[in-house]
Amino acid sequence: MIRSITQQKPAEEIQRLLNGMARVFIIGCGTCATLTRTGGLPEVEAMKDALSEKGKVVTGTTVVPVACDNLTADILKEFQSMIKQADALLIMACAFGVQTIARQINKIVIPALNTLFIGKETGASEFNEVCSQCGTCIIGETGGICPVTACHKGLVNGPCGGTNNGKCEIDSNKDCAWTMIYNRLSELNRLDLMRNYQKPRNHLGEPSPGKFEIPAE
Amino acid sequence: MKSGSTLEKILEAGHFAFTGELGPPRGANIEALKKKAQPLKGMVDSVNITDNQTAVVRMSSWAASLFAMTEGLEPNYQMVCRDRNRLAMQADILGAYAHGIRNMLCLSGDHQQFGDHPQSKGVFDIDSMQLIQMVKNMRDEGQFLNGQEIDEPPKLFIGAAANPFAEPFEWRIYRLAKKIQAGADFIQTQCIYNMEKMREWVKRANDMGLTEKVYILAGVTPMKSLGMARYMKAKVPGMDVPDYVIDRLKGVDKKKQADEGIQMACEQIAEFKEMKGVAGVHLMAIEWEHRVPEIAERAGMLPRPEV
Repeated sequence: MIRSITQQKPAEEIQRLLNGMARVFIIGCGTCATLTRTGGLPEVEAMKDALSEKGKVVTGTTVVPVACDNLTADILKEFQSMIKQADALLIMACAFGVQTIARQINKIVIPALNTLFIGKETGASEFNEVCSQCGTCIIGETGGICPVTACHKGLVNGPCGGTNNGKCEIDSNKDCAWTMIYNRLSELNRLDLMRNYQKPRNHLGEPSPGKFEIPAE
Repeated sequence: MKSGSTLEKILEAGHFAFTGELGPPRGANIEALKKKAQPLKGMVDSVNITDNQTAVVRMSSWAASLFAMTEGLEPNYQMVCRDRNRLAMQADILGAYAHGIRNMLCLSGDHQQFGDHPQSKGVFDIDSMQLIQMVKNMRDEGQFLNGQEIDEPPKLFIGAAANPFAEPFEWRIYRLAKKIQAGADFIQTQCIYNMEKMREWVKRANDMGLTEKVYILAGVTPMKSLGMARYMKAKVPGMDVPDYVIDRLKGVDKKKQADEGIQMACEQIAEFKEMKGVAGVHLMAIEWEHRVPEIAERAGMLPRPEV
């Protein structure tokens, strides 16, 4: 399953963003941010305590099931009066959730989290970025591993000289994408694919900001 | 002749090439640049002018290359893929050529995280392989990357890097082949300390016929001290420093370590001169430019041939 991976902003930054706003309503998310322990019930409670300690009035809190879902507006109706009292909404969800709520409720939104990447849950408590949605997929020639995402330089024509015992030179916790590709293609007896020259990427795959409409039948 | 550069002429004539390296200053200090350039004059055939090496901001490679030319050196203009997109790269290549630069080294570049602006965006619009092919097409087809015609194409002698020691070792020779296929005319290798592995890599290049298609310049960096050797062994990814190098430096008095380092480099150069498939040596005397005349002399590289 793909997950939006988030990290809490530094307390000082949250304080600065809330400057001049005495009354705050806090919204967490029951999906990705709960899983990554950045915006679930315990984190929302801790945030409430921390803000109260700093002298803020927390008018209420909730953890919506899926912050990025359009139904979030209906769910938040239940908290209408508490939200009305607040100067701002402090949202402990990824930026998809924050933007969904910002479109639905006419109130200043403050993100409490930074959205790091869209990742795949690859193990217990472990998430990895495996696709960066570039719009021009080349993994048919790389054994199903994406070097555009998994290589820190996005190299598409083979490994750089900094491979470090199968790890990336910039972070010994990260696998070298091209070592993984080499091993995978070697197992499949298809190392010939690595000799193919990959042309410069078409960065116009889908110009940012991406937009897609299902064509009419 | 592809470019008519001195380096190309030296290699074409079958002379054993000897090239140097010059890192531009961290500022606009021309005097510092001249001071570093001065001892290289007449000692080397061409000088690699690094491009924001180790991702640290320095005077631009093309500008420092022009200063090197006024100092009587032939620059090997280095360009990395980290700091520019394909428009900026092609624009700089045209400008560099118009100013008389004739050699170019195409690299991916160290990741920005290693440098002095770790929060910067790494561009990597194209990679080193694609850069090589782009420069070749600019030269031989007179075309930009988009296929459009260039009014007065740049004629550059194209260099690329190779690391014979990085993993997966088995793959490295094919990566070299891919760079030659893309258009590399000459190769500068990573600093060599592990001679066994280098011999094996060159043997494979010979067996595959690659050394008939490209000039390999063996990278030599003399150790200045035991501390440097230990640092390179432990901290520099892709660097292969065998224990016998460390042990040999350990075996001499601290004051004599630099001399021993130069001696070891000279022994390597002597072997490379005889090694089939090696066309020259690229001396990377890091922040040791003033010792280059001594190294060139001791390695029997002087006088440099006139071409």
